[in-house]
Amino acid sequence: MKITGFLAAALLSSTALGASAETIRWARAGDSLTLDPHAQNEGPTHALSHQIYEPLIIRDTTGAFEPALATDWAPSEEDPNVWVFNLRDGVTFHDGAEFTAEDVVFSFERAMSEESDMKELLNSITEIRAVDDHTVEFVTDGPNPILPSNMTNLFIMDKGWAEANDAVGVQDYEGGEQTFASTNANGTGPFVLQSREPDVRTVLTRNDDYWGTSDFPMDVSEIVYTPIQNAATRVAALLSGEVDFIQDVPVQDLGRVGETDGLAVKSTPQNRTIFFGLNLGADDLANDDVEGENPLANKKVRQAMNMAINRDAIKKVVMRDQSEPAGMIAPPFVNGWTEEMDNSVSTDVEQAKALMEEAGYGDGFSIQLDCPNDRYINDEAICQAAVGMLAQIGITVNLDAKPKAQHFPLISNEETDFFMLGWGVPTYDSEYVFNFLVHTKGDDRGSWNALGYSNPELDEKIQSLASETDLEVRDQTIADIWSVVQDDVLYIPVHHQVLNWGMTDAVGTEVDPEDSPKFKYFEMN
Amino acid sequence: MAQNEIPRAPSRFARARNSDLYYSFTRTPVAIVSAAVVIVLVLAALLAPLIAPHNPFDPGTLNLMNGFTPPGEANAFTGDYFLLGTDDQGRDVFSTMLYGMRISLFVGFSAVMLAMVVGVVLGLLAGYLGGWVESTIMRIADIQLTFPAILVAMLIFGIAKGITPPAYRDQMAIWVLILAIGLSDWVQFARVVRGATLVEKNREYVQAARLVGRAKFSIMIRHILPNVLNPVLVIATISLALAIIAEATLSFLGVGAPPTRPSLGTLIRIGQEFMFSGEWWILLFPAGTLLALALSINLLGDWLRDALNPKLR
Amino acid sequence: MLAYIIRRVAQSLLVLLVTGFVAFSMFSFVGDPIDNMLGQERTQADIDRLRGQLGLDQPFVVQYYRFLEQAVQGNFGLSYRQGRPVSDILMERLPATLELAFVSGFLALAGGIGLGIFTAIRKRGVSANAIMTVSLIGVSLPTFLIGIVLIYVFSVEMGLLPSFGRGEVVRIGGWTTGFLTESGLKALILPAITLGLYQMTLIMRLVRTEMLEVLRMDYIRFARARGIRERSVNFRHALKNTLVPVITITGLQLGSIIAFAIITETVFQWPGVGLLFINAIQFVDIPVMAAYLMMISVMFVGINLIVDLLYFAIDPRLRVDRTAAGGH
Repeated sequence: MKITGFLAAALLSSTALGASAETIRWARAGDSLTLDPHAQNEGPTHALSHQIYEPLIIRDTTGAFEPALATDWAPSEEDPNVWVFNLRDGVTFHDGAEFTAEDVVFSFERAMSEESDMKELLNSITEIRAVDDHTVEFVTDGPNPILPSNMTNLFIMDKGWAEANDAVGVQDYEGGEQTFASTNANGTGPFVLQSREPDVRTVLTRNDDYWGTSDFPMDVSEIVYTPIQNAATRVAALLSGEVDFIQDVPVQDLGRVGETDGLAVKSTPQNRTIFFGLNLGADDLANDDVEGENPLANKKVRQAMNMAINRDAIKKVVMRDQSEPAGMIAPPFVNGWTEEMDNSVSTDVEQAKALMEEAGYGDGFSIQLDCPNDRYINDEAICQAAVGMLAQIGITVNLDAKPKAQHFPLISNEETDFFMLGWGVPTYDSEYVFNFLVHTKGDDRGSWNALGYSNPELDEKIQSLASETDLEVRDQTIADIWSVVQDDVLYIPVHHQVLNWGMTDAVGTEVDPEDSPKFKYFEMN
Repeated sequence: MAQNEIPRAPSRFARARNSDLYYSFTRTPVAIVSAAVVIVLVLAALLAPLIAPHNPFDPGTLNLMNGFTPPGEANAFTGDYFLLGTDDQGRDVFSTMLYGMRISLFVGFSAVMLAMVVGVVLGLLAGYLGGWVESTIMRIADIQLTFPAILVAMLIFGIAKGITPPAYRDQMAIWVLILAIGLSDWVQFARVVRGATLVEKNREYVQAARLVGRAKFSIMIRHILPNVLNPVLVIATISLALAIIAEATLSFLGVGAPPTRPSLGTLIRIGQEFMFSGEWWILLFPAGTLLALALSINLLGDWLRDALNPKLR
Repeated sequence: MLAYIIRRVAQSLLVLLVTGFVAFSMFSFVGDPIDNMLGQERTQADIDRLRGQLGLDQPFVVQYYRFLEQAVQGNFGLSYRQGRPVSDILMERLPATLELAFVSGFLALAGGIGLGIFTAIRKRGVSANAIMTVSLIGVSLPTFLIGIVLIYVFSVEMGLLPSFGRGEVVRIGGWTTGFLTESGLKALILPAITLGLYQMTLIMRLVRTEMLEVLRMDYIRFARARGIRERSVNFRHALKNTLVPVITITGLQLGSIIAFAIITETVFQWPGVGLLFINAIQFVDIPVMAAYLMMISVMFVGINLIVDLLYFAIDPRLRVDRTAAGGH
């Protein structure tokens, strides 16, 4: 009979020497998809990788850059197309191998390979050079001022380990491949993988040789991570003391968790905006009752719809104050965001009705709204509320709410007239929003633009952002693009999501705006 | 029972049985109470547009700010008052429940009807005709039984949703539910009817009818059918309760009635999300109503089985 | 005899083939895995490449044929979600479901037979009627609600029992068991009750009906007339004859316990095949869904086949009408 990894780990940690032996039991709705750090660009996957692996630069709990495996970085003084990174000394991987520039070159080349899911973030890089053991240079196809912000989820693997275990290539996740690196992990991070059963339980223990042991609290000695899908069960597990820390707390349960003795809720604005998209490019909509023309192509109709949405009521009732009403589709972290644009819409049903009248739709029309029901916080309830609000200006909305697996294909195949979408901006820059949501749909840009919207003049401006070195000019271009997006009412913003974490009083942490807990920052009392 | 005699006129036969049933009914308090509950609930559902103070299916009349109003208290923002409170969308729980029960009952009744018609017809054909008809039908029943009802329903729901044009999906959801639940439920009708038919078809009265030259279908419908109806009635009653519960379960799995036109099951699914947060009324009232409805129907089914099967009394 | 067995096995295979086709056809409608597998940053080129790679651009019939070809060799491919062989994942998850099904089956059987006998013997008693009525409450509420209410009462309010998972498990060879640890046993209680309640009511009613049926048989009346004690009549003579159909039906119910575990496992985050299936639906993990449905079918068809053959062995006269006897 063999004792499971969990038991073994529990026995080990209880006898381990060290400052503290604190186990944290962590639950969230979903599990990491794979341990291969470059195979999936996805939240829960990165969250687990962040405990085991490290990027060159990390974002701390306020979203600010902090050195991780790189100690400092700057554009080269000789060549504007080169970034120079100085690497941390004396770092070792969990298996004892030394961390060097070789590993950085290897990891980035791996992350840029065909099977990698991270390659889009690095497509401006043409060459990576190891200058010496602790200096790396990145050469880009033009000056790229925001390159570092694309690196915060780009994890460094050990070249020797990958080669020895036949894991040089990125796991072909979509092709259903299994590699050594997708089920094993060897990073430089603060925690070491002990055991893992996907969707069931993952156990990590503290890396006592971690380079930052004295720089960070490092109070957590063991992490037991269990995904719990059903929201009620997840909250029950926290309330009954079976877990210490949960993500994805349903907004209606925040009060209960906060009032329970020994439990606390912490919140922070999330880097994600929820909005509606309108098919304004089609000649005629597939699922409306207007023959021969597309009511959404009429700007007045879009303005009316924008005005009909009562964002404050959604915030108050559906979100229980856990949202920030939005007037633009980028959250405040993002370069290009302005308070003025974000406050630009107010609810005015009378004026909206007048606009509908002017547009020739005084009697209203009917339309279908496609909405996910398992993706964003209270997504279905928000859509339902919108149905009621649009009914007040005469628009009859048929709501079709479905799982995300059926919802997102509608957007990628442009088969929807009116849809909900949420968008996070990991680069903290507006270019990212424009590239995916505003640019004309093509092979490498505009892949989430399901509006049928194409504006060549705007496309040109969007493309110019990638290589514009003069930040002032670049910011002006961003502002110009936003003003067109706002004036044309391409999207109907709803709100910026707020993140909530529930935890016992023993757990001390701030909420990470990317919803990615980094346990090295956690203090345990 | 008078199965060995030459068939009597159906009306007298029915009347006689009814009076037996009636006698048993008056002597069974549980049956009386259950029947009363079912009648009240069905009437309330049928008359929902007259009784309900609001129309929860008209989104234009909803005010989101009324959301989460507790029962018997005025809303803090709007000052509106609701007998049983409001749900997360500001819908009056009492009205939504009445309208939701309409959908639940409609889905339940129609699904059972569908299952019964399909099951009885196939069961009669299989039992009476025998041969390849029988083995084909019973093999299909086997395939059907291979899948648990809940999976069959999910399967049909998935396929129907896929082939329905998107514009009609919302309205179609109810019909798809009926189809899904009904088709996952016909086998037990078919099996019982087939079994009973096998017994009946060798009785003298059927053989007599055959000798006089009656057509097959006429014999099936006029002579055999009335004699296999008792077990069918019992199964139908219990299936009705099951169908209403099945609809609720499907809605938990995300394939039930849409939240804009909720059934009792959808209301319970929505309500359970607010169980920990103290808004108990959103769950309790629909759940209590569903329990009362299903329990009463089940109790009636129980009584009916015993009453129609005097051996067990 | 041999001819019958061959025919019956051939029929079972046909059933499996049709089942497989129906199951597989569902997958064209549950959604598109592509967007789940590719992240927010995917381009149109990525989508097209992946679609070709997975064979999703092939006609449906071709996809089904490929699936069958592999399935016959016991190869269900690799899970889109986990990137591991589906058969490995199923084997890993099966112990959890089987243990849960076993415990709830046992609860249902023990409770159902006990209460069934009681209500049959005291058929006019107040307590028996009360049990009959109360037991109906268990089948008059949806399972998921019962589970959540149990969690609320016993985990959140009373803090007695765990609300999710299997607790600590011990690994014996390829099997993981929760029977050997205290937390494992505690974790079983609520899900087993939730899952077993419905079956218990069913068995209780079946036992009661059969008992009543047997008790009015002539040989029981003779036994009574001969002055054999009531207890002996009830248990030695009546119960023995009641149990055969009960065990048969219960055997057939085992499959539906495993199927209904889908809901219980979702509510209690029980790491079994039912939860795996629900996860697979959300993720449109077609290989896992297909394998799960095939596994359930094999299980049902297998149980059916065994029951049929047993009947045949015991009493050849029964073979024609076995299906009729399986009804009410």
